Amino acid sequence: MTYIAKPKFHHPGLKKNALGYTHRDYEGKISTLCAGCGHDSITASIIEACYELSIEPHRVAKISGIGCSSKTPDYFLGNSHGFNSVHGRMPSVLTGANLANRDLIYLGVSGDGDSASIGFGQFAHSIRRGVNMTYIVENNGVYGLTKGQFSATADRGSKSKKGVTNTDNAIDLVAIALQLGATFVARSFSGDKSQLVPLIAAAIGHKGASFIDVISPCIAFNNHAGSTKSFDYVREHNDAVNRLDVLVGRDPIAVDYAPGTVQVVEQHDGSKIALRKIDADYDPHDRLGAQTFLARHAAKGQIVTGLLYVDPEAEDLHEHLNTVETPLNALEADTLCPGSAVLDKINASLR
Amino acid sequence: MSDKKPISSVNDFVVRFANVNGSGSASANEMFARAILRHGVPVSPRNIFPSNIQGLPTWYEVRVTEAGHLGARGGVDMMVAMNPQTWDKDVAGIEPGGYLFYDSTKPMPSTKFRDDITVIGVPLTAITNSTYTDPRQRQLFKNIIYLGALSALLDMDPKLIEQLIGDQYKGKEKLLSSNVHALHLGRDWALQNLKCPIGLRVKKSDKVGDRIFIEGNSAAALGAVYGGATVCAWYPITPSSSVAEAFTAHCKKYRHDPETGKAKYAIVQGEDELASIGIVIGASWNGARAFTATSGPGISLMTEFIGLSYFAEIPAVIMNIQRAGPSTGMPTRTQQCDIIACAYASHGDTKHVLLFPEDPAEAFEFAAAAFDLAERLQTTIFLMLDLDIGMNHRLCRPLKWDDARQYDRGKVMTAAMLEEGRDFGRYLDVDGDGIPYRTYPGTHPTKGSYFTRGTSRDRYARYSEEGTVYADNMQRLMRKFETAQDLVPRPLQANAERPTKYGVIYFGSTSPAMDEAIGLLEARGHQLDRLRIRAFPFHSSVASFLAEHDFVYVVEQNRDSQLRQLIVNENGIDPVRLVPIVHYDGTPITARFIAKAIGDHQDHLKVTPLRKAVS
Repeated sequence: MTYIAKPKFHHPGLKKNALGYTHRDYEGKISTLCAGCGHDSITASIIEACYELSIEPHRVAKISGIGCSSKTPDYFLGNSHGFNSVHGRMPSVLTGANLANRDLIYLGVSGDGDSASIGFGQFAHSIRRGVNMTYIVENNGVYGLTKGQFSATADRGSKSKKGVTNTDNAIDLVAIALQLGATFVARSFSGDKSQLVPLIAAAIGHKGASFIDVISPCIAFNNHAGSTKSFDYVREHNDAVNRLDVLVGRDPIAVDYAPGTVQVVEQHDGSKIALRKIDADYDPHDRLGAQTFLARHAAKGQIVTGLLYVDPEAEDLHEHLNTVETPLNALEADTLCPGSAVLDKINASLR
Repeated sequence: MSDKKPISSVNDFVVRFANVNGSGSASANEMFARAILRHGVPVSPRNIFPSNIQGLPTWYEVRVTEAGHLGARGGVDMMVAMNPQTWDKDVAGIEPGGYLFYDSTKPMPSTKFRDDITVIGVPLTAITNSTYTDPRQRQLFKNIIYLGALSALLDMDPKLIEQLIGDQYKGKEKLLSSNVHALHLGRDWALQNLKCPIGLRVKKSDKVGDRIFIEGNSAAALGAVYGGATVCAWYPITPSSSVAEAFTAHCKKYRHDPETGKAKYAIVQGEDELASIGIVIGASWNGARAFTATSGPGISLMTEFIGLSYFAEIPAVIMNIQRAGPSTGMPTRTQQCDIIACAYASHGDTKHVLLFPEDPAEAFEFAAAAFDLAERLQTTIFLMLDLDIGMNHRLCRPLKWDDARQYDRGKVMTAAMLEEGRDFGRYLDVDGDGIPYRTYPGTHPTKGSYFTRGTSRDRYARYSEEGTVYADNMQRLMRKFETAQDLVPRPLQANAERPTKYGVIYFGSTSPAMDEAIGLLEARGHQLDRLRIRAFPFHSSVASFLAEHDFVYVVEQNRDSQLRQLIVNENGIDPVRLVPIVHYDGTPITARFIAKAIGDHQDHLKVTPLRKAVS
């Protein structure tokens, strides 16, 4: 269980980031998930990304719903506040938290049951509103905590561990996120840390609704032949359109890439993403093109991964609401309360 | 024509307007109510409207009451029958000796009238059509024309009405003059063709004083502005939508930075009530003052989050503008029917704080107080309004605010306190009041973070399924609820002139009808002490009141006497001593109803030995 204490000591020579934090400062409690769970790799990637970005750990708010994936915020960023909320309701809780304090970094962690079934509506509406967040779905196609029922992202025709064939159509959260106007959309694989870490880092740097669907095989209930979310299946069908590096800081960094294969995207926070093209025709600034590309490849049984869409000029909910720069939770009576003189005038107008 | 003497009354009668929804009658009818207020005579108007935008019947009732009885009275002294669909019912509803005002443009068969009432026909359509050609103008000004005719019949001062129109259309000269013109069209026709005034008359008085005229929902929204709410998330539902709409309007006026024009608030229309309360919980967890407004069906949807708020101890303010349930029930009719649903909302052992304002002034005060209570107690606070208070204009004392007042942000551990080395246990009861300290996310780089969850945990927020740890936490939550007793608004007691063994408990919108009923009961020789409950958990004075009286009537607007159940349950009282007086047809409770129900029971008690009466 999560009460297992983790030893705090570490090697004195452990590398430090720009703020002087080591990896250990971004870790949390010991995971209680099954050994080999894909979710633990995602946890490790989140730790790595936050370390690389030199984020102050306590400036992140980690919010999740219910399920295996939603337990993971306890296993990273132990100095951050976390909120393991209600099943399928992470997006609304995160939206409220974000409205209260626009200065923190919001990391929403959810699963396929949490986001594609019970919380499908909340997933959709938080994306629509452009909440400034990094929304990660740890997608294993199965309900792990309740022992192996299909989730809504399980592909039609895929088989459960007990041998049952899924007859329902799958929901592709990436396709939905694109359709609903997410301004940063990516898919990755828990088994491909080199792809996932920079994607998470770039998503955190993005100002707007960032969505990452991470295929994360369930070692206990969905890693068998006939599953389309097993390690083997995903490795065989992974079709990466690009790889990226996140370049922190404003100074250009010389990167040794073949000419014409790299595209640099500047983000709001000043960081740059260097995008190495794998599929020469893929344009991550073309929302409609991305939708078509995904649909075409899905029909062929391929799992498209990489940074699928990014709008560097994105706006977020606070801009839509025109809220003050000061976090709302820092405003006090002197600025919030109109006072008795105004109330007297209001009274007079009501006579 | 009449075998019954026409009713004669000055400043004490009920006029009811029967209209078709969407015909623009609402503003003219409201103007009628305001015009009487301008005479210094209190009124109590009520909108009786359908769940519909256009076409269905709607009524507007104005109780003219120099004595200041603001509850519904029951009965109609004058019917302004403008809706053919409801004609028969409307005519039948007039008190014997009452008056029927109608559009006489088309002749009506005599069978459509009654011979015990005074029938007043004004050819409204004919007057309107001969003056206006535009169909929309015809519809709107017809309403003002009948207002003009009524002003003559009821002996109202036209100058006061003109002033009112002048105030209402300030800066819109064209509308102003055309409304005044229409007013005089009706007034002049009545003066020339009818015997004016009739038996019902409005006479100038000075009984309004400095009171204001406001809807409860608007007052509650203003309370949220004054109380420092910065996040509002809501989903449209009658009769609560106007809370969020009013909050929006108030914020636009009072909450923009004068220099940058930026908003010091965030309002989100959620995709449903689940999202609305989720946003409130998320914002409150992160240290903002947040609220939602809803009604019964929304409460049902929110219950899972309400349980989380209780167990994970996150502040939230929910304004419940109650309507008749269950299910969709009667969406546009009033009740006090969510008492149990809110007091014990959500699965598991839960209890929640409820506030019961009696009118818009208290809705304002309690709304502002709800945010202090929510942060002090770190839990959900329900502001229990209902349609009768929420959606009707009500005369009430002016709203007050003390500029020295600071918000009570509750027990929040700051970075400085953590630096001092204070022991932070998120669920640690350091003061013995059951209330732990919390930290806002982002407070300190290495201290004070914790993992919020709806699962059980120990005093330091560490996950635990140990029975003793769980029970320890549940007992602390009980202790916290006991602390709440002394923080919430106390009951108000008013004793009868003579000592009595009988008492009555009531709350919320029943208040004005109850006050009036006391007078009626005294006239029948019944003395009753009164206790108006203003919050749950019940203060100890409720138990004392019960102990001091043999029988206590509990007056409420629901079928199952829910407040009575709550009192019995929470105080371990013998239910026989609590007599339910319930009114639940969706109309507001009246003094006549209360006086009859209690009076009959009292009469019964006096002739029957106690043992027989209760066996």
